[in-house]
Amino acid sequence: MALVLTEEQSMLRDSARGLISDKAPVSHLRHLRDSKDPTGFSKEFWQSFAEMGFAGLLVPEEFGGSALGYVEAGVVMEEIGRTLMPSPFLATSVVAASALNRGGNAAQKSEFLPKISSGSLLATLAVDEGAKHRPLQTSLQAVRAGNGFKLSGAKALVVDGHVADLLIVAARTAGSAGERDGLTLFLVNPAAKGVAIERTIMVDSHNAARIEFANVEVNADSVLGEVDQGAGLLEGVLDIGRGAVASEMVGLSDEVFNRTVEYLKSRKQFGKLIGEFQALQHRAAQLYVDIEITRAAVMKALQALDTDVAKAAPAVAVAKARAGTTATRAVQEGVQMHGGMGMTDQFDIGFFMKRARVCEELFGDANYHTEQLARARGY
Amino acid sequence: MSESEAVDLEQFRNETRAWLEANCPPEMRKPTTSDADVFWGGRNTKFSSEPQRIWFERMRDKGWTVPDWPKEYGGGGLSAAEHKVLRAEMGRIGARPPLSSFGIWMLGPALLKYGNEAQKKEHLPKIAAGEIRWCQGYSEPNAGSDLASLQTRAESDGDDFVITGQKIWTSYANYADWIFCLVRTDPAAKKHDGISFILFDMTSKGVSTKPILLISGYSPFCETFFDNVRVPKSHVVGTVNRGWDVAKYLLQHERAMISGMGERGVGRPLGQIAADSVGTDTLGRLDDAVLRSQIAGFDVDEAALAACAERAVDLAKAGQAHPAFSSAMKYYGTELNKRRYEILMSAGGVDALEWESERSKQGARPRAWLRTKANSIEGGTSEVMLGIVAKRILDLPGA
Repeated sequence: MALVLTEEQSMLRDSARGLISDKAPVSHLRHLRDSKDPTGFSKEFWQSFAEMGFAGLLVPEEFGGSALGYVEAGVVMEEIGRTLMPSPFLATSVVAASALNRGGNAAQKSEFLPKISSGSLLATLAVDEGAKHRPLQTSLQAVRAGNGFKLSGAKALVVDGHVADLLIVAARTAGSAGERDGLTLFLVNPAAKGVAIERTIMVDSHNAARIEFANVEVNADSVLGEVDQGAGLLEGVLDIGRGAVASEMVGLSDEVFNRTVEYLKSRKQFGKLIGEFQALQHRAAQLYVDIEITRAAVMKALQALDTDVAKAAPAVAVAKARAGTTATRAVQEGVQMHGGMGMTDQFDIGFFMKRARVCEELFGDANYHTEQLARARGY
Repeated sequence: MSESEAVDLEQFRNETRAWLEANCPPEMRKPTTSDADVFWGGRNTKFSSEPQRIWFERMRDKGWTVPDWPKEYGGGGLSAAEHKVLRAEMGRIGARPPLSSFGIWMLGPALLKYGNEAQKKEHLPKIAAGEIRWCQGYSEPNAGSDLASLQTRAESDGDDFVITGQKIWTSYANYADWIFCLVRTDPAAKKHDGISFILFDMTSKGVSTKPILLISGYSPFCETFFDNVRVPKSHVVGTVNRGWDVAKYLLQHERAMISGMGERGVGRPLGQIAADSVGTDTLGRLDDAVLRSQIAGFDVDEAALAACAERAVDLAKAGQAHPAFSSAMKYYGTELNKRRYEILMSAGGVDALEWESERSKQGARPRAWLRTKANSIEGGTSEVMLGIVAKRILDLPGA
């Protein structure tokens, strides 16, 4: 497989870019933030997104989806990263749709996937409980009760948590925190008794929530995948999410970089364009190289996911680690090279810095993934 | 790719895998550990082992010393997709390149683009067959990063040029049979406009070489002197005084080649090599948390660079590559290789300091470490590479 976009993928990129840059430029995010919009994204725009086939991009055709792959999902995420569009695409269309499609039984798939494709159902994965992403540390308890389970515990950061119609909750049915065995995924109705959702206003003005579960009753049909054996499913779905967030970070980095290079070509000091100074030229060139290398690593990871999710973990770890360090560097250089203007709220660069920080934490930061690679290589 | 093309490619993969399995000697599937493991070809060459000879001859006979060159010039005539499959299959079993050569990496691509038919027919098959070993006459004592200021002059005399001057950092000039050389054919023109790209035999009267002893204790480079060397004008590649175009094109290939230096992705992971000397803790992790973290960071960047190198080839084949991208790769690849050897030296501790002994393979590690310091200088310094990226790719002003 060549590490370049196919003609079809390029066309997908162009149509996603056209739609997103037209309807949801950075000013769209700014407006949602300033108006304290209660949903945090545009439902109307999400509907047109769904009509173009993006909401069900990964969903099989029999459930109304486009049946495309992770490379294509990455193409859309990269465009989302360019304008920082708040959208349910990551949580619903990539992560939750993958969880349902990979782990769901026939009844679960036919109940939820068509609604994801049509844009009428929002779903999200609830994993993280502590300050850092440590999926195996899951300790939210699910104990057997009658024909089902009772869930108790709390999730610290659930993307789109306050707008979701369906929660996919990682819980511990056996063993203790840190163990791979004993994890189970549950489909939970956020309106169920005992679920308390607090929207968290985040630094990046994107949607997230804290969710508490107090003896929440679910029946046996709510188990996604197998009881106690959810780790494999969870890790695969997380890797898909990581690939998608890494793509968003490539788009974000590239956009910040392009804006910064344009600034170097227009801002004058000491009687010349600041882009003439070699100190800035070399830093810009280094950043360009970093971004291109990261772009290739991310593409490689997405192709690996398309080939076999179960074997993609090392490539995904490389991609998410690189995306984290690259985006962090891109936004820092972006602000620094824009000087005082970069520090103003009026200027968009700050939005990119804030979003990059959140993306870095989502599904594991660069340190986490670098550590995963070291362990995989046995040292 | 159509379905039938995909089927054909899969068949090619199976055949290639079976052929390599049957024809690549086991000794040629181990990482190279010294210069003797590398076969460079040439008039005076000797094989360092029988497996090296067998492997080279079998690959040569299939045209796979230069798999993607046209068959008429001794190549394998493989398509881009087939070539990628062959590289992947060779990588899978750790097969060594059968022939290393500046003819393959640098001159060949330039001749294919700028050479006339007679030049291609004369030189390319001999490069493919490892018969002639080439060296590169580019840098001069006063023309390093500012290569275009070179002063070696070629004066017209009937059907010949008469060449006088000095080159430096000429890799393996003392072993080379022929040289591809930049000479000034018009001293009055602006510096980029008076240069020609010319080929001649290193046994020509007036050519002499003198190896330069480096900090590694080795002498891979020479000073090369030309004293009224007579070369037919028909040996100029491309147009007289337009040699800078050829030179730049060749440099792109040279930089791509240097960026790929270092035994990437083969052999044992760096972390495990380090564990041999540093030791491990009760969890089996390297017993130096900071070094472990450096290695892991290195591994991330190395894997990402490998993906980028693969993508660079794919972009080139798809006609989407920026011509200056090899400068970006050269910069990153060489800096990364230096990082690898800093880690190896740190991991090796005092064991990596021995310079002369059987035990240390004559100081293989410290000598290789010192050798890598040239990576970010030869073929254009890192600073020059960043300048090229800034100017040609980012289009920054006044660069």
